[in-house]
Amino acid sequence: MLNRNHRIKNILHITILLVLAVLFIFPLAVTVTNSFMSEQEIANNYDPVTDKNLSSYNDDTTNHFARFQLIPDVVVLKQYYNVLIKKTQFLFMFWNSVLITFPIVIGQTIVATLAAYAFAKLKFRGRNFLFFLYIIVMLMPFQVTLVPNYLMAGQLGLLNSRWSIILPGIFSTFGVFLLKQSMEQIPDSYLEAARVDGASQLQIFLKIILPMARAGIAAMAILVFIDNWNMVEQPLIFLQDAAKQPLSLYLSRIIDGEKGLAFAASTLYMMPVLLNFLYAEKYLLEGIRLSGIKG
Amino acid sequence: MRTGKLKTNNGCLAWLFLGPSLLGFSLFYLLPFVTGFFYSLVDGPINGTFVGLHNYGALLKNPSFLSALANTANFTLICVPLNMILSLGVALLLNQKIQGRNLFRTIMITPLVVPVASVVLVWQAFFDLNGVLNSLIHALGYPPVDWMKTNWSRMVLLVIYLWKNIGYSVILFLAGLQNIPAEYYEAARIDGASQSQEFFRITLVYLTPTTFFVFIISIINSFKVFRETYLISGEYPYNSIYMLQHYMNNMFIALDYQKITSAAFIMAAFIVAVVLLLFIVERKITNMIN
Repeated sequence: MLNRNHRIKNILHITILLVLAVLFIFPLAVTVTNSFMSEQEIANNYDPVTDKNLSSYNDDTTNHFARFQLIPDVVVLKQYYNVLIKKTQFLFMFWNSVLITFPIVIGQTIVATLAAYAFAKLKFRGRNFLFFLYIIVMLMPFQVTLVPNYLMAGQLGLLNSRWSIILPGIFSTFGVFLLKQSMEQIPDSYLEAARVDGASQLQIFLKIILPMARAGIAAMAILVFIDNWNMVEQPLIFLQDAAKQPLSLYLSRIIDGEKGLAFAASTLYMMPVLLNFLYAEKYLLEGIRLSGIKG
Repeated sequence: MRTGKLKTNNGCLAWLFLGPSLLGFSLFYLLPFVTGFFYSLVDGPINGTFVGLHNYGALLKNPSFLSALANTANFTLICVPLNMILSLGVALLLNQKIQGRNLFRTIMITPLVVPVASVVLVWQAFFDLNGVLNSLIHALGYPPVDWMKTNWSRMVLLVIYLWKNIGYSVILFLAGLQNIPAEYYEAARIDGASQSQEFFRITLVYLTPTTFFVFIISIINSFKVFRETYLISGEYPYNSIYMLQHYMNNMFIALDYQKITSAAFIMAAFIVAVVLLLFIVERKITNMIN
């Protein structure tokens, strides 16, 4: 009896999880599969949403609604052709995204790893207060320091240059916050033992901390990459020049117009992040896991 | 002798490791923050004269600021607890012996890694007046709803926020759950504790550090919904989802630096108060455990 109850409960739980899983994956599936549809098919499915002249709600028919279709009638690569070959703008802006995102990821990884070590394992005056400041600043939405940032970028001659986004990005405190938590997991006794053996702080950092915090560092790098690959607010303000803007803004513009290539563009846009994620999922999960536990 | 020397140098060394981060932090975050406060007290960013709290007073009488503030507070107050409760629920489900647990975990976190702009198309097609959701509602025989242009828009944002963020929190909670020693539960069972007692006295208490962390991440991400809102409905969305970020962005475009910096500091004050409160609660509970 107990066993049967248990089994029913188990089935119920799996059902809940399955429903959730479908809901979670559905938007992605639509985006990817629709990228192989012809312009005509996209138009058939989405015109009620995009073409405002065409339709207003009408009681008699359901044709006035958009619909999601997962499997294309005919698989075509026309969207990809449009995005990659016919229009050069996409590749330009993709490159812009790369040029903004990579320096931030590399820079923040280095800077945050060093700082997180100091916060996690070294004692100094004002440590807790400073870390509290880091958290507070991390929580502030971008707009809070928008004006002074803008004026400072102007002073430094960075306006309309991607460095006005890269430099603040490198010093974002998010990475420090995340890594400090996972570095605290490394037992002090390891560091103590190394110190007794005569290792210098630099050696300890390079030979013990770095290898042991690898998962945390990888997770941080991925999360920082995702966050910056996605950025919307900063380029809106700092990069008036459309030629310098990243892909996120390009996509927001084509959403209104060229539906025929929007899904392919979206798919290509998410590919680097998705591949990165699938490749390093183990590290990401492990890193997130470590960051959430406190000793 | 060597170790002794190292220990006394610890302070200096710390500053060496901290140096690059601290320098950039001061230059790009702390300094702007402080100058921002200064701007909020003068009547113009260049050669302004000191006007005290006048800008704040004016702002607190500004209806569009007040509604943006209320909307942001409302949204955060609803979405953060909801995210935490739902993700704890899913984490508890996944913490059992269940087939395909790792696959579920992977699927739950994929929304986090998908760029906002990529799926905005799908959200639009789903929630539009002529969208997929309305076609379902129509099929059931009800009149369609204009989701993005009525008070329902807040719900839409909530759904998008939860879709994107539950996975992250689930993984954090799952890690926290797996970190609670099984002996605690065994001991409680021997003492005849009920399941709900176990949950409230052991699970919740020992999850406190994780909960605190999830809370902070949830707040950060609640502010990031601005991205979705902006991409779906632009600079002036429907009233009930016109957030502080919209307000500040638009004041920036209007070059009204006084309004935006004062608004920023009112928002900052709220955030500091909430975090401080949570820090104190977390310390209390952690001390209680120890």
